[in-house]
Amino acid sequence: MISIQIELDDHTAIQFQEDLLEKIHETGAKGVVIDLSTVDIIDSYIAKILGDVVKMSDLLGAKVVLTGIRPAVAIILTDLGIRLNNISTALDLEKGLAKLKQDLGG
Amino acid sequence: MIMETRSSVPINNEWDIVQARQLGRQISREMGFGHVDQARITTAISELARNIYLYANNGEITIEPIVNLGKKGLKITSRDKGPGIKDIRLVMQDGYTTSGGLGAGLPGVKRLMDIFKIDSTLEKGTNIVAIKWLR
Repeated sequence: MISIQIELDDHTAIQFQEDLLEKIHETGAKGVVIDLSTVDIIDSYIAKILGDVVKMSDLLGAKVVLTGIRPAVAIILTDLGIRLNNISTALDLEKGLAKLKQDLGG
Repeated sequence: MIMETRSSVPINNEWDIVQARQLGRQISREMGFGHVDQARITTAISELARNIYLYANNGEITIEPIVNLGKKGLKITSRDKGPGIKDIRLVMQDGYTTSGGLGAGLPGVKRLMDIFKIDSTLEKGTNIVAIKWLR
């Protein structure tokens, strides 16, 4: 479970991507929940990094669920024309974990 | 249009993108924009500042409250002396990108804001003005 608590700049976002993949590899995690409830903007660059991290984790055999996307962020992603296709999302952490368990078949 | 205080942020690196959007968030909040519009303005600034950084290396974002016919708004100006845009119609298409991004930047900014004007000359640079009216 990862909670993003800071304002994401480009550099930090890339670092986060690398750190997460290392961690998945190290621990053999089968599932990851990324909580975005404190993130107040996601622009096209950060959206791309999040989309990429989901695909990359999938390559390592870990399923990612994004949780806590704020209403304003959802509106803006839609305004930007960004679709989080094939990405699992849930309203909050609890529902995210439940979804992950369901997706992992147990 | 009557101009009030104007703030500028030079864009020279990735951290300046964060500076510019923090300033935009602060000014839009002070002006009384709602939550979603604050996020729209902040995101638009982020996209414009990143374009400066990616394509022109450096430039400037100016943020200023404006009043036009009694209507209050926030005007964002993005200026750079970069390579310019060859085909503006092409960059305004969703999904078009030369940087490996999502190609959502400029058409996205146009949708996030109420007024969007782009003026670009090859090898001279690009000027973009975007305005959001206070509802």
